[in-house]
Amino acid sequence: FQENDASVRLKIASLLGLLSKTAGFSPDCIMDDAINALQNEKSHQVLAQLLDTLLVIGTKLTENPSVRMRLVEVACKHLTDSSHGVRNKCLQLIGCLGPVEKGVAKEVESQAAKDVQKIIGDHFNDQDPRVRTAAIKAMLQLHERGLKLQQAIYSQACKLLADDYEQVRSAAVQLIWVLSQLYPESIVPIPSSNEEIRLVDDAFGKICHMVSDGSWVVRVQAAKLLGSMQQVSSHFLEQTLDKKLMSDLRRKRTAHERAKELYSSGEFSSGRKWGDDAPKEEIDTGAVNLIESGACGAFVHGLEDEMYEVRIAAVEALCMLAQSSPSFAEKCLDFLVDMFNDEIEEVRLQSIHTMRKISNNITLREDQLDTVLAVLEDSSRDIREALHELLCCTNVSTKEGIHLALVELLKNLTKYPTDRESIWKCLKFLGSRHPTLVLPLVPELLSTHPFFDTPEPDMDEPAYIAVLVLIFNAAKSCPTMPALFSDHTFRHYAYLRDSLSHLVPPLRLPGRKLVSSPVSPSITPHEDPSQQFLHQSLERVYNLQHLDPQGIQELLEFTIRDLQRLGELQSELAGMADFTATYLQCQLLLIKALQEKLWNVAAPLYLKQNALASAAAKQILEETYKMEFMYSGVEGRQVVIIHHMRLQAKALQLIVTARTTRGVEPLFGMCEKFLQEVDSFQRCFISELPHMQGSFVDKLLDLMPRLVTSKPSEVVKILQTTLRQSTFLHLPLPEQLHRATANIIEPTGESDNPLRFTSGLVVALDVDATLEHVQDPQGTVKVQVLYPDGQAQLIHPKPADFRNPGPGRHRLITQVYLSHTAWTEPCQIEVRLLLAYNSNRSKASAKIPKSTWSESLEALPQSENGIEGTIPFSKPVKVYIMPKPARR
Amino acid sequence: LSVFCLGPGAGQDVGRSCILVSIAGKNVMLDCGMHMGYNDDRRFPDFSYITQNGRLTDFLDCVIISHFHLDHCGALPYFSEMVGYDGPIYMTHPTKAICPILLEDYRKITVDKKGETNFFTSQMIKDCMKKVVAVHLHQTVQVDEELEIKAYYAGHVLGAAMFQIKVGCESVVYTGDYNMTPDRHLGAAWIDKCRPDLLISESTYATTIRDSKRCRERDFLKKVHETVERGGKVLIPVFALGRAQELCILLETFWERMNLKAPIYFSTGLTEKANHYYKLFITWTNQKIRKTFVQRNMFEFKHIKAFDRAFADNPGPMVVFATPGMLHAGQSLQIFRKWAGNEKNMVIMPGYCVQGTVGHKILSGQRKLEMEGRQILEVKMQVEYMSFSAHADAKGIMQLIRQAEPRNVLLVHGEAKKMEFLKQKIEQEF
Repeated sequence: FQENDASVRLKIASLLGLLSKTAGFSPDCIMDDAINALQNEKSHQVLAQLLDTLLVIGTKLTENPSVRMRLVEVACKHLTDSSHGVRNKCLQLIGCLGPVEKGVAKEVESQAAKDVQKIIGDHFNDQDPRVRTAAIKAMLQLHERGLKLQQAIYSQACKLLADDYEQVRSAAVQLIWVLSQLYPESIVPIPSSNEEIRLVDDAFGKICHMVSDGSWVVRVQAAKLLGSMQQVSSHFLEQTLDKKLMSDLRRKRTAHERAKELYSSGEFSSGRKWGDDAPKEEIDTGAVNLIESGACGAFVHGLEDEMYEVRIAAVEALCMLAQSSPSFAEKCLDFLVDMFNDEIEEVRLQSIHTMRKISNNITLREDQLDTVLAVLEDSSRDIREALHELLCCTNVSTKEGIHLALVELLKNLTKYPTDRESIWKCLKFLGSRHPTLVLPLVPELLSTHPFFDTPEPDMDEPAYIAVLVLIFNAAKSCPTMPALFSDHTFRHYAYLRDSLSHLVPPLRLPGRKLVSSPVSPSITPHEDPSQQFLHQSLERVYNLQHLDPQGIQELLEFTIRDLQRLGELQSELAGMADFTATYLQCQLLLIKALQEKLWNVAAPLYLKQNALASAAAKQILEETYKMEFMYSGVEGRQVVIIHHMRLQAKALQLIVTARTTRGVEPLFGMCEKFLQEVDSFQRCFISELPHMQGSFVDKLLDLMPRLVTSKPSEVVKILQTTLRQSTFLHLPLPEQLHRATANIIEPTGESDNPLRFTSGLVVALDVDATLEHVQDPQGTVKVQVLYPDGQAQLIHPKPADFRNPGPGRHRLITQVYLSHTAWTEPCQIEVRLLLAYNSNRSKASAKIPKSTWSESLEALPQSENGIEGTIPFSKPVKVYIMPKPARR
Repeated sequence: LSVFCLGPGAGQDVGRSCILVSIAGKNVMLDCGMHMGYNDDRRFPDFSYITQNGRLTDFLDCVIISHFHLDHCGALPYFSEMVGYDGPIYMTHPTKAICPILLEDYRKITVDKKGETNFFTSQMIKDCMKKVVAVHLHQTVQVDEELEIKAYYAGHVLGAAMFQIKVGCESVVYTGDYNMTPDRHLGAAWIDKCRPDLLISESTYATTIRDSKRCRERDFLKKVHETVERGGKVLIPVFALGRAQELCILLETFWERMNLKAPIYFSTGLTEKANHYYKLFITWTNQKIRKTFVQRNMFEFKHIKAFDRAFADNPGPMVVFATPGMLHAGQSLQIFRKWAGNEKNMVIMPGYCVQGTVGHKILSGQRKLEMEGRQILEVKMQVEYMSFSAHADAKGIMQLIRQAEPRNVLLVHGEAKKMEFLKQKIEQEF
């Protein structure tokens, strides 16, 4: 610090800051030096940097209150500095380090620290906007650290809303929001009159006001915060959608009001005449408030904003408020429907999603439905699908509405035939939600006639299927409906029930036996017999220690079979059952591989059983990866068991290798690696070890000191015995377990016409797949293409190709580029989806060094970093292709 | 600081803007508009008030034109070439580009068609434009040592700007025409907290608060869509610039979104030229167009093609934008006569119609029109009215005042009674 040049001192200060950030460095020793340096320093920049260093030191020593107090005191002294940078840093320091607990402040009796809030509050009126911002931020920081801010700040903060600088306003809006959450019920006076209102209402009004601020950053912030102010009274809330119209001083009705009136008067969609919107009554000039101090029209403005960021924020806020208030939901409907025509697709999509979220609270009027349905013709697939989702859960009020929806959906179907699945699904829900409204439409829809037989419609036509899906789903809860069906409808029903069983529900048809007995959904999981069955079979398995080896194997085989069947029958339990079955399968393989008689045979017969054992080991490894990465909902306890199983498999592998290879050299390496793994297992799951009494790893760890020193051959021997003696670990089941599945919708694999292209060039194949229960699909899901010559390609879809239509579900719509050299005739390639995994990335084993064992499941080039292996999780689809030789 | 409004009307009438501001010894003329309603000397402002004291150039320090509408710039060649002014004229780049096209068009109609004399010539327009200095948004231009001006975005039409004029510590903001609600091709007017001594604001819609633009747009699109779907033809009479582009963008994006196939036509000539400039001045448009023009310039229409007279008889649905906007002459009237007899067709009037025009007659519900030659034209087609105006409404004006925080407000370009109302309101709320 004796340097003359300020910039050198600056660097030293920043170096000190960096040093104190590094772990293991004890910063308290340099603190005093830094504070001393601060007193002698003249350069503002160096001062600011020193304060920054102190801030770092302070955050390192949070548990030491006296140090903090001292730092705060130092900061307070420098608050009077003339440079904004220094004042900024001081405020930041106070914000981060100021005492939070009241008690501490009193104990220390430090003058400066007594009222940190007051000190910061004084700087709300600083002349420099940057310092004002820093002051507000420091205040917010204090709040985040748990200090209860005083209500007195509120009026100060309100003044800051009119600041000239946007960062100050933006921070002030946040502060007001924080205060409104802290003191929602306290009463504040309105300055101009004698009235008093709740603070949260006042703050709401003020933030609403900021929605028409000059800076869009502030507007976005204000709109976002509005959404989280749910305590606001409904009176204020409804004002946000209110905008009095007038024309030449006469009151005019909004288009929304007109539409509503038209609808209620029974007159629908009349052409507009000149002067239809003629202004009605004169309004009192005094009563018109052009700039309201209240919340008037905040959302009307927000939704019309120029910046789409503001519009999206406003839509989100509307959504959150509407979810908590049904009456508000009803009111904001018109505005949301209007947003369906926004010029930016994201905004449209967002508003459709919002509508879906609040759809429980609302019923669409016919004219609104009309506007909603008009969007079905949108050329963007995302929009249409979002809209189908929305229609799935909307309430329609009239039978005309249903008819309208059906007609529009069919129009959509003819225009975009690829929407087939989505439209059918939509009609399924539409039908089952509105059985009584569908009933009167049935004759018309099926075009039956009381006297004449009408021609039988074509069974494979998507539009006809769509109509039938609607009707059948409505008929499920409307027993009188089947009477209206004609003969061929029944035949078609039988056909569709088989071919599209997920869309057509079982119906109680006259003269036919019930197709399947539906499980009443009212049974809670605990009473569910299948759930009980699952647990019982597991109980049984856990007792198998007492059985002879033959019995164990048989029991396991039976249980696995039972579980697999259960999984097929009960879709809710499928994840659980499969998971358990896989685990038992691993156990079974392990037992088989370790069967005594196999290991006792003479050396020449090794060959056969070695092959068996190593195959078993390999399969167990595969299965454990599946268990770890393919199921969502796997918790730490399961991960331990899975890893334990994997460790056993690796031990088995080691033993097998030891018996087959000659020479000790390669064995050394493998042994070492194995021991490393055991070590890291211990480190990762140290907390879980007590639960694993008598297990493989438990025994292994007891022997650890011996293992480390002994020769590989001895290690192998020890392993062999421990492996065989070790007990079977119980697999605790988590609450919810879902297996990741993928279903390739397109290509269908049915086409007989080969996709022809010139060899050497590429052809794009559209792939459309639904993924369920996949976590982070962007990072993990890959597309694999297998050519007949055994060549395999791994394709990484772009993150933008994944859409998220609902919780736990994803949709992959991407293009895969194919290319190959010329073939003489068309041949099939296989396309499937893979789940890439990487044990380094998994939650529990963050510290395990990347395994270099050659257990990679697929012979795939591991070029991409972070992919250790892949699990195929969809059925492969065959695509017929034909690369033609290029003509010259 | 003193303000003087030149000629009848500018101060308290929609029609002609021409305002003279004296600020700390500097004289600035704001806009130089003409009145479309008169065909005699009254159409241009009376510059004798200035000339009586000597030459214009000596008296005025600069002239500022806010945007290219003729009621704001129509008298410019008369003023600079015929009366004589050699000082600088300031306007934004798009205004400088489009203004001469409109002036030339206007000159053609008055001189070549109506055969008037004593009017400015093409050469005068060219000479006048040579005196123009183009400015960028938020660029501070030093007119001389003391006088500086700065342009702010105003919405309204392409290139419309509000100007801040500053001499020493005194400052005036002149808004020209502006729009506080963004539309499909333009953004909203914006100004910083410049706290001028005086804000001169237009007040065309001083007593109106408008409904959300979304309802309007939705209604418009729905009507066009329905008509096209049942095979009808839609006629939209428009003026060449401004709202025409707005409606084009609206229809173009809708066609794109809904994957519609029916052709949309645009009458050639003036509009084509203007569209060219709209393509160039992308930075002056709204967020959406600015962000997407890298992929595709929104003004390079995919679905909108140039119209040919013969197309009007083509079978099948179509949408045609035709000039002029009030159906009083020209192409729009011709097409209207062809299509009026079919009830499947529709005419949509997107703006106000002056009394006496065909547009006004059909809007007021008249179903039988007497055309020249004693012909009776029966109007069976549907007639719709939609207001797509780009002026700030009462709320917008208040919002601007709040943004700028001026010490005084002067309302111009509106009717006296309406301005009185707004005056009360402003006094009450600030």
